[in-house]
Amino acid sequence: MSRKQKRLALIGGGVAFLMAAVILIMFAFSQSVAYFYVPSDLKTANVQPETRIRLGGLVKDGSWQRGQGMHESFEVTDTIGTVKVNYTGILPDLFREGQGVVAEGKLVSLDPPVFQADTVLAKHDETYMPKDVADRLKDKGVELSGKETIK
Amino acid sequence: MIVELGHFLLVLALVASLVQSTLPVAGTLRRNSQLMDLASSGALIVFLLVVMAYSALTWAYASSDFSVINVWENSHSQMPMIYKISGVWGNHEGSMMLWLLILVFFTALVAIFGGNLPKSLKSNVLVVQGWIATAFLLFILVTSNPFTRASAVMGPVPPPAEGRDLNPVLQDFGLAVHPPLLYLGYVGFSVCFSFAIAALIDKRIDAAWARWVRPWALLAWTFLTLGIAMGSYWAYYELGWGGWWFWDPVENASFMPWLIGTALLHSALVMEKREALKIWTILLSILAFSLSLLGTFLVRSGVLTSVHAFASDPSRGVFILVILSIFIGGAFSLFALRAPSLTQGGLFQPVSREGSLVLNNLILVVATGAVLTGTLYPMLLEALTGEKISVGAPFFNLAFGWLMVPLFIVLPFGPLLAWKRGDLAGASRKLATAFVISLALGLVVWIATGNAPMVAAVGLIAGFFLVFGALTDLWIRASFLKVGFATGLKRLAGLPRSAIGTMLAHFGVGITVLGVVIVSTWSTEHILEMKPGEKTDVDGYTVVFDRETRGQGPNYSEEVAHFTVFKGERQVAETNSAKRVYTARQMPTTEAGIMTFGFSQLYVSIGDPTGDGKLVVRIWWKPWILFIWGGAVLMAIGGFVSLSDRRLRVGAPARRAQGTPRPAAGAA
Repeated sequence: MSRKQKRLALIGGGVAFLMAAVILIMFAFSQSVAYFYVPSDLKTANVQPETRIRLGGLVKDGSWQRGQGMHESFEVTDTIGTVKVNYTGILPDLFREGQGVVAEGKLVSLDPPVFQADTVLAKHDETYMPKDVADRLKDKGVELSGKETIK
Repeated sequence: MIVELGHFLLVLALVASLVQSTLPVAGTLRRNSQLMDLASSGALIVFLLVVMAYSALTWAYASSDFSVINVWENSHSQMPMIYKISGVWGNHEGSMMLWLLILVFFTALVAIFGGNLPKSLKSNVLVVQGWIATAFLLFILVTSNPFTRASAVMGPVPPPAEGRDLNPVLQDFGLAVHPPLLYLGYVGFSVCFSFAIAALIDKRIDAAWARWVRPWALLAWTFLTLGIAMGSYWAYYELGWGGWWFWDPVENASFMPWLIGTALLHSALVMEKREALKIWTILLSILAFSLSLLGTFLVRSGVLTSVHAFASDPSRGVFILVILSIFIGGAFSLFALRAPSLTQGGLFQPVSREGSLVLNNLILVVATGAVLTGTLYPMLLEALTGEKISVGAPFFNLAFGWLMVPLFIVLPFGPLLAWKRGDLAGASRKLATAFVISLALGLVVWIATGNAPMVAAVGLIAGFFLVFGALTDLWIRASFLKVGFATGLKRLAGLPRSAIGTMLAHFGVGITVLGVVIVSTWSTEHILEMKPGEKTDVDGYTVVFDRETRGQGPNYSEEVAHFTVFKGERQVAETNSAKRVYTARQMPTTEAGIMTFGFSQLYVSIGDPTGDGKLVVRIWWKPWILFIWGGAVLMAIGGFVSLSDRRLRVGAPARRAQGTPRPAAGAA
């Protein structure tokens, strides 16, 4: 091969690899991106059951029920809308009623809204409020106590 | 008084740093060696001043001086001394102090050990380091002063009697080790960055430059490897649910410089040996530290939701963003200006040692791109459209995982190919045995364990191939078959340290890959309700919940569950798993009970009581999990072994006379 051909072959190989990589990355993206919603968004955003989403809000006071086995259920609210969340597993140490929470999973029913979570996040600080939740709640006009650390 | 002194010393350090980063420039322009020497003495003085300022802060922590806001917010008089001292960097201000301390430490190392560098290059490197130090000194003094006393902000108030305590998650030995190691890596890349900038300013970039930069890149990379592994192990045992890698943006922030650093190590090798890939190597040197800065910005500005994000203040984010844009923007502008004028190295054969290293670089850089996309895209999208999305672990596992497969397949070939013109058929013959063994082992394990996914088989084969590929390399170098066992061993002992280091690091990659694949595929999780006296079976072991007791630590109270583990009738292990509540913050944490069997672990953590006298218990079986960190430790050992080789050669007169470049071989 001449010098020029060799260079072309190298560049061609590199470009082919890059294209393959970009396609892989885009495919992975389409498979795993989850949009973030608060309960009152669900209807307006027309979220279909079985779509993977993140649901954020406050754990409604008095809604936390511990079922048999590891089945936990609680309601997530942004004061305008409320969604019942089912979860199997141990809730994080800092999970409490009245505090911010983010659940990841999918809706199993639209009316009444029921959410099946596979991950529940409450972070590592006692006054923690997930930033996504805080921002969205503020947009909705929900008063925060001001004690929350917003990160 | 000591606290005020610390603040004052920090201001002095800023002044000294300004001198270090300006006057020597005049020296290089006028070829005045006295002015150039100022860079070295300046670097040492800044280092001493920062060490003293840092010690002053540590003293405030050790003596629990709660009149200092930073100490009051993050310490407690009842805390054990080791956490008081490591707690210095367990908060925003202190961790920036540690960042700075390590930066000026590396600068001082260059000043001390850079005797063999050309004077102007050394002076320029120290000047650039001085710019970075100045920027961060300003950042600390203006936005994040750790020495502020409460009385300076709120008027004369009596100092609080007790501190608010360190976040309990951070009250662990991990905090004492993980951040310093990580920063030694992260910030260590600043030296490569400064070398790149200095070389661009000087317009002198040749093989000697690569030889000078490589030990620094290797040192930073080795510490970063240890730092990331340590962070992963800490998260694993501390967070109470046995996850060891979350693709959390902060983890990605440390992982990206590691990936680029790995690429840099390999491309600098090509530059040193073949005087090719010059522009590329310079670019990687700039990129590695730019990603470190980006990481610092992401973690310290509060744009992220993360375990690592301490309470934030918008002015800090803006300040770091300005530092980030000046350094990254400046570096890339200089690069764009100078790169076209740099002499290109020759082309070379695709099948050769350098060809395989180029492939390594291509894959690593693309993989970094994938991680960067997944990390930044949600933030950019939110900034532009307000839409909030999360890109979770599935994205990274899929994209990153599959990008690594080709890398792992070609990796064992690299060291077996000669420089200039490699023999692919020969290398394949040499690796045939390793490949057949890996294929067989991978398939046997996969079939024997039943319904594991196909991906597991691919991962296992790749991992085994890396391990046996590295061993093949050694086997061939020793040529046991030709010269017999004793001579072979002698040959191995006589191998250059860098070759042994390479082998160890590649072997380590294989071990980590095996650990990751096995744990991800075959770990099992059992969640149940138990009361004292009950037992359960987990992967061939019987776990008995013996009793529950209450305990009292220095600054926490705890509920402790005691478990014994039997294999058949024989007791093989026992452990405690606890739920602690830290008094000052009323914050609960879970202390997992971990038992090691060979390379595997049983991981027990307890949840809340269920009301009818039972306790929620989670038990995981984590097969071969120690391979994950063991492999990383092997990589780091490889790095140190290779460094010990380099030390001998670094002193040798290195830069060849200008004007006699090595012919660009392989460019036929």
